[in-house]
Amino acid sequence: MSETLSITISILFHGLAMAMVLYLISVGLSVTMGLMGFVNLAHGAFAMAGGYALVLLMKQQNWPFGLALIAAIVICVVLSLILERLLYRRLYGGDELDQVLMTMGLIFASVGAATWLFGPVSQSLEPPAVLRGQINFMGRDFPTYRSFLILCGALLVTALWLGLERTRFGAQIRASVDNLRMAQTLGINTSRLFTIAFGLGSGLAALGGGLGADFLNVGPNYALEYLVYFLIVVAVGGLGSIRGPFVAALIVGVSDTAFKYLAPQYGAFFIYAITMAILLWRPRGLFGQSA
Amino acid sequence: MTDSVSPGSPVDRKAVIDAFARRHRFKWYEALPWVLAAGCYFIFDGYHALGAQIFATILFALSLDLLIGFAGIVTLGHAAFFGVGAYAAGIMAANGWQEPLSQLVVAAAAASVVGFASGMIVLRTAGLTLLMQTLVVAALLQELANKWSSVTGGSDGLLGMKIDPIFGVFRFDLFGHTAYVYCLLVLFIGWLIARNIVYSPFGRSLTGIRENTNRMHAIGAPVDQRKIVIYTISAALAGLSGALIAQTTALVGLNTLALSKSGELIIMLVIGGVGQLYGAFIGVPLYMIAQDRFSQIDPIFWYFWIGLFMIFVVVFARGGVLGVCGRFLDRWRSR
Repeated sequence: MSETLSITISILFHGLAMAMVLYLISVGLSVTMGLMGFVNLAHGAFAMAGGYALVLLMKQQNWPFGLALIAAIVICVVLSLILERLLYRRLYGGDELDQVLMTMGLIFASVGAATWLFGPVSQSLEPPAVLRGQINFMGRDFPTYRSFLILCGALLVTALWLGLERTRFGAQIRASVDNLRMAQTLGINTSRLFTIAFGLGSGLAALGGGLGADFLNVGPNYALEYLVYFLIVVAVGGLGSIRGPFVAALIVGVSDTAFKYLAPQYGAFFIYAITMAILLWRPRGLFGQSA
Repeated sequence: MTDSVSPGSPVDRKAVIDAFARRHRFKWYEALPWVLAAGCYFIFDGYHALGAQIFATILFALSLDLLIGFAGIVTLGHAAFFGVGAYAAGIMAANGWQEPLSQLVVAAAAASVVGFASGMIVLRTAGLTLLMQTLVVAALLQELANKWSSVTGGSDGLLGMKIDPIFGVFRFDLFGHTAYVYCLLVLFIGWLIARNIVYSPFGRSLTGIRENTNRMHAIGAPVDQRKIVIYTISAALAGLSGALIAQTTALVGLNTLALSKSGELIIMLVIGGVGQLYGAFIGVPLYMIAQDRFSQIDPIFWYFWIGLFMIFVVVFARGGVLGVCGRFLDRWRSR
């Protein structure tokens, strides 16, 4: 009995940590999808860039963890804003196929660039000394770094929800997701809103990619390899929603951990099956708006 | 579109009917790819193996064009059907059934069954959800092939395939002479099928669905049923292509089901031009010959440059090679 309990707690713990990472990376994708209807398959590339920046700044420049993390976010936000101006902006409201192609091209370019710059081997994250080892909580040992991950994620999720529900900017985003034309008519500068939301989403992705280097190995194929996870979280959660992806990330994180722990011989098979089942039941995702 | 006539008087009506009747007739330039392919057999004697791969991949891209270009179903998981076909042929060949033509039939049947079953689920959605669903189907099959290693060979790939000579006469040789002709003939049959579909009333209704789904619903077209039919046909053609690759290379691996396979295929198709039936015939050879040349020099850079090139095509050269040529032709004519 106590063994079952400790397995359950362990699965929930690691699943929660993974869910936080998935949520941080995917929430920006969900908002940009909801806002602009833009199929940004290359979102994972920003997470990869964040991961590389964090790991390499710590390893090669010996920057402290916190500083390197902030630098990684800044690098990604700047990068994403440049790309938004140069490329994404041209395809807003355009053909879905063009968006898929352009972002697919970005993915391939990111794979090539990462292999060229950092080699084909995936990089591992060395957490700072404070975050290594185990932490004792209610008579059980938990890995410190993952506890930190959950704490960070929880804080950020709360901040994000408060920001979206309570601030003027959040209200503008919600209004634009609900009805873009009406929002424009009311004088909201949606073009600027897109840019800010895009940069914010990429920054969050960089944060998720950096912190989550523990779960999702930072290698050149990152954007291809984990694309299916990010898309599952967004599609199951429902486009344009902030809460939906969180629930979806929880489902994916916990069930992925559980199946990999309890039935490793099936690998990721069940995750995909569950996803198909959920979307068969609710094609617009759990929290998607019905049209 | 030079022969469009405004309807009105009986004479005009007859002209319209004639124009429609003429539309699907074979034109002289449609023989070009086949003449070229036959000529290349004698000119590039050392490249027959590559040629066979190109023909099989053209068939694959053609099947994707039916979905993306004509029915407007944007999919990221078309490799699923390619992989099913490849594994079907490969598993048969590795387990004692060595006759190649029956393998093709079984591969196409297996892929169309998977296409029909997944289409029933996937095609209920649209947009991003559709993309993701197609991606998940491919990922699901890839994980299945990975974990069911007693049958599929898992991550090592399927080894020990043996293929009998075609009709018991034409043996698959090391240089790909047989494979070249074999793949070309299968591609020709596949092209005839695709061409007939595109010019049939069924094909026109697919274009209608792509252009305006709601209006097609309104005029009473069975939209969902037609989407499933074309999805199944396209899956069967992709399965054929997978079986061709499996037979001619005698190797099937997990990468036949990978996302990068689907992505590369879309890129090849787009380089040529989407929705014009011949995009595959231009894009695939360009891509594969360039890949064959450049990846020998620098395999790492290949992905980088092809990615940049793709962005360039989308932003500046809409419609691929065929689209750009068409625009130049239009401009030249209107002078």
